[in-house]
Order: sequence, then structure tokens, then C-alpha cells
Amino acid sequence: MKRIAKLSTLSVLVLIMVFVAACGKSGNNNNNASPSPKASEAAAAPAAESAAASESSQPADKKVVLGFAQVGAESGWRSANTKSIQESAATAGFDLKFSDAQQKQENQIKAIRSYIQQKVDVIAFSPVVESGWDTVLKEAKEAGIPVILTDRAVDSEDTSLYKTFIGSDFVEEGRKAGQWLVDQYKDASGEVNIVELQGTTGSAPANDRKSGFLDVITSNPNLKIIASQTGDFTRAKGKEVMQAFLQANKKIDVLYAHNDDMALGAIQAIEAAGLKPGVDIKIISVDGVHDGIQAASEGKINFIVECNPLLGPQLMTAVNDVLAGKDIPLRIVTEEGTFTSEQALAALPNRQY
Amino acid sequence: MNRMFRHHLFWPLAILAALLLFNLFYSPDFFNIVMRNGHMYGSLIDILNFGAPLVLVAIGMTLVIATKGIDLSVGSIVAIAGALACLTISRGTDQNALSLVLSAVGLTVGLSFFLGAWNGFLVATTGIQPIIATLILMVAGRGIAQLITSGQIITVTSDTYNYIGNGALAALPFSIFIVAAIYLIVSLLTRKTALGLFIESVGCNPQASRLIGIRSRLIIITVYMFCGLCAGIAGLILSSNVASADGNNAGLWYELDAILAVVIGGTSLNGGRFYLTGTVIGALIIQTLTTTIYMIGVPPEITLVVKAFVVLTVCLIQSEVFRKKVVQRWKTRRYPAEREVSRHV
Repeated sequence: MKRIAKLSTLSVLVLIMVFVAACGKSGNNNNNASPSPKASEAAAAPAAESAAASESSQPADKKVVLGFAQVGAESGWRSANTKSIQESAATAGFDLKFSDAQQKQENQIKAIRSYIQQKVDVIAFSPVVESGWDTVLKEAKEAGIPVILTDRAVDSEDTSLYKTFIGSDFVEEGRKAGQWLVDQYKDASGEVNIVELQGTTGSAPANDRKSGFLDVITSNPNLKIIASQTGDFTRAKGKEVMQAFLQANKKIDVLYAHNDDMALGAIQAIEAAGLKPGVDIKIISVDGVHDGIQAASEGKINFIVECNPLLGPQLMTAVNDVLAGKDIPLRIVTEEGTFTSEQALAALPNRQY
Repeated sequence: MNRMFRHHLFWPLAILAALLLFNLFYSPDFFNIVMRNGHMYGSLIDILNFGAPLVLVAIGMTLVIATKGIDLSVGSIVAIAGALACLTISRGTDQNALSLVLSAVGLTVGLSFFLGAWNGFLVATTGIQPIIATLILMVAGRGIAQLITSGQIITVTSDTYNYIGNGALAALPFSIFIVAAIYLIVSLLTRKTALGLFIESVGCNPQASRLIGIRSRLIIITVYMFCGLCAGIAGLILSSNVASADGNNAGLWYELDAILAVVIGGTSLNGGRFYLTGTVIGALIIQTLTTTIYMIGVPPEITLVVKAFVVLTVCLIQSEVFRKKVVQRWKTRRYPAEREVSRHV
């Protein structure tokens, strides 16, 4: 009797595992196979040329294998970035091996090592943090696999470790944010108190957006950063930290958030404090995701510096160029703009992400 | 006096008081509470509001730890719960409809029960060690949450749902009442009925408990289910607080904070004994510490070091062995020079 019970338990377990495994697989397929129609339309146009390039440079029978190690899905920006890469890889006819590191460097290193073992043609990744990549990049170089960095940089001295870095100039983004603030307060006589919500400690966008912003605002001695803390690029943390800032500081004039999601969390904290976001406290943020642009169009965010996540097509072109043996620049900068509240209102209807 | 020192709540309370006192000296208006649009507003309220989910998860964790188990999957359940609730609501036509929000909450509570039962089933019937059994869901859970949200952050605009994490009842955050209700129910069930004794007995020795007629398996499955439920409700509070679900970051490292809260509260990881009130205070200590760090402006690069240092101090103060050693050292300290002087006189 007892044996039967044990056996049945075991069989139930096995059944459940099979079921769960099947679920996971079908879910993944869904993700890859049916992207939302809106975004695919947008990606299709620029990706078409890279698709043509791939046909000319590669023999038709062998698919290019691209290993991509993504940071994670920490924000709407990142999701749009992931989607753009997956879609343009599909249009370019590449076999994309995609991994999600869940914001951990060790996961990314593991993923890159497994790509090296699988002998993929090109490895691309967005480094979680700036430092600590030399060893794994050398392994890739020794294996003869070219590496392309996207969106975030590494601080390696040896630039031969990677072919190119495609992405935004975060220092420039910080400068643009600072410049707007300097222009806004050029006539201010009193002190302007600024609080800063930083990104993940040690990440390239957090370091660069901070330093670019600081560079510019030091020109006006009235502009003062009175508090600065990390919000990990997330809404929940942004809200919690902003709430503490509001308690600890009597007078806050400006909030500078390193991404839209933290700004959105902070807006909720500001509203809970009985203040009007965008009026009582001016808000500057970076990224320009849909929810951020929407908040800007409602006047809750005063200024957004765009950071374009749709770099999939550019990445695929670079992959083809690298494989074709062409010389490509070590730095490819993406096109980016800025939004004031009025511009956000105009841009909102055709925002894709 | 001695009795007071020996009470199991003395040290946790003393540490919480010390943290609050530090804040009082650092920023005198820390304790100010003002009324704003019918809400009470102030640092203390923030601590209670942001600490509510942690208290809840820690209460569930206390019971699991009392059975000599551990549940590492609570953080993932938090993420799954938030994701499922927000997905259900975002699919609805009228997001403010009470029926929609209620069905989302009901669905989420049901799923959390199921996930807890899955953990309990693995631990109680298959004999997998709790740390491994719950590790499975901890790792898989984030994936499930991302599957539900398809990797996106789901934003909801439902005032009804928002009420769970942001609303106010009698000028206090609504989440506090949820936590208080669950705390009361659990305290009554475990301290006024034999259930608490059963749990402790299973934690001491599941075999012996079974032999004297306690259904060990049922007890174990029940506590894991309850832990799952607590994590699920915490997920609802967290996601409704920011009106969005984030499969990747919601409840990240919550399991560790919850275990820490339980340990600070005086419950031993060896099982067989538990202190619910201690756990609540432990969780409040952790949240107070976080808020304090934000308020005094510790640079983000060293935040974690500061936190670790405070936690280490707290644990050392709590350790009876360490306390005795320090006291003994102090009592038996010798001053050879002094003695010699006195002898000559």
C-alpha cells in the first residue's frame, strides 16, 4: 500500500515536471514567433537593408549565429531594446541565441562563456557594470569570436578586446539634462536644491549620467545637489528613496532621475507629499519610454533626454560588417533627441515603446 | 529588572528604539506626523507602509522556520502575484470596477496558495530538504513572472487596485490594516489553540510528533501554504503601491530580508520555537534601517557596507554567548599595577 502511494507520488511529480517544461517551451516560442504587430512594422524598414547585406556576404546555407547576453528586463526601455534586437535578428535571418542575466554580472559571464563553447559567430552584450570583463573578453578573443558591445560600455584599457560599441553617449545625455537646468535657472538668484536618483551603482549609465550632469551644472554655483541615492532604475525603489528625500529635506526644487521609471515612482511619492510634480518640483529624466513621455505630456516631467533603445538594426549591420571583414568605427553613437512637455504631447501618439 | 532583560523581546525592542533615537538626534522632525489630504504623513508612517509587505512575508516565514524549514521562494511568489494581478486588471475593460479587482485579487490569492502548497508538497511528501525544495520555485518563479508579464512592466491605472497599497483607512495606510489583521489571526490561532504547539512539536521532531498523533505532513504543507499566501498578499501590496508589476525586480532578495527579520526577532533557524511579535519588530528594524540610510544621505557606493555593519552589530548584541563573554571579560579584568600600589600602602 505504502509503495503504491510512493509510486503514485513519483509519477505525479514527473508528470508535473513534464507539464511545466512544456509550458516554458511553448511560452518562449510564442515570445519569439509572435511579436506585437506595431513594433515589427517599425523595425522592418531599417532592418531590411541589413537583411539584404547578410544575403550578399554570407553563403545561403549557413545561418549566422549571434549570441546576445542581455542585462535583464529591469525597465520598459530594456524590454524595447530586447524586442528590437530579437525582431531585427529575425528579419536579418540570423540565428539569435538570447540570454537574460537578471542584472547579475556572473550570469552574463556564464552566458558569454557558453556562447564561446557553442562557437557562435558573433557575441554581443550589454555589460551590467563597467568593470571586470577583461578575462572573459580575452577568452572570446582567443577563440576568435568577435565581440560587439551594445548600449553600455566596459572600462577595459585594451580596446582590441571588442570590435565596436554601439550605443548612446551617456555623458552627453547627462550634459543635455544639465544644460536644460542651467538654462532654466540662469536668472535664479537663490540656491536651487537638486536631488538625484541614480541608476544601479557602478553601471555605466549611472556613472556617466551623473558626471555629465555635474560637469554642466558646476557652471552655476547656485545649483546644488543636496542628496543623491541609488534607485536601482526601478519604480518601487525610486518611490521609496524619493519619499525619504522629501522627509529629510525641507526644500527640493529639482529632481534629476537617471531613468523614467525612477522618475515615475518619485512622482507618486511627490504627489503623496501633497506637492505637484513638474510645478513644485521640476523633474528631469532620461530615456523617453512610453509611460515617461505620457507623464511628460501631462506636465509631470518637465524635460526628458531621449535614450534610443531601438539599436537592433544597427547591431545587425555591424555584425554583417564584422563578418565581412570590413573596418568599422570603434564607437557608433545612436541618434537621440530631447523632449519638453509640449514636444512630448506631440510625440506621444506615435511612440512605439 | 533582570526579568525584563531576559524577555525575548527586550533586545529587538532596544535595537529598534536605538535606531529611532539615532534618527531623532540626526533630524529632529523625524517623528513629526502631519495630516495631508486625509492621510497621516511622516517618516514613521512611511516606515510602516513600506515595511508592511516585509512584515507580512516575515510572519509567514516565521511559521515555516518554526517547523525547521525555510522558504526561499517568497521573493519569486511576490513577483508572480504582482504580475498576475496587474495582468488581470490591465486586460479588463473598466479597470476601476470592483468586481475586476476582486477577481484579480482572488486569482492571485489562489495561485499563491497553490505555489505554497507545491513547496509544502515537495518538503512533506517527497522528503526533499526545504532549502532545495523552495530553491526550485525561487529560480523558476522569476521566469514564471516574466512569462506572465512577457518581460514588460505592466502599468495599471486602477484607483480601486491602488487602494490596497496606497489607500488610507482612518488616516492610516490600508496596508497596515491588512498586516495587523493577519498578525492577529495568526497569533490567536497559534497561541490560543493547540496549533502553535503542533507546529513547534513538528519543528522539534517530526517523527515523534507523528507517533503521538500529530499529522506532521498536514502541518508542514499548511505552513508552506500560509507562507505562500503571505508572500502573495505582499506582492499585491507592493505592486499596487507603484501601480505596476515588474517581474524582474519585484520582491528581489525579499527572502533574505524576511529570514533576517525572523532571526533578529529571536526565532532560531533550528526550529521548534517561534516569536511572532519578535519577527514583526525584526522586520520593522530592517525597514527603519533602510529609511535611515536614505535620510542621512549615505553615499550609494557604501550603503550595503553600512547595512551589513549594523546587522552584524545587531546579531552580536542578540547573541547570548557573545554578551556573556564581553561581560565576563569586563568583570574579570585585572589591573596589576593598581593592586600593587594598594598593597604597599
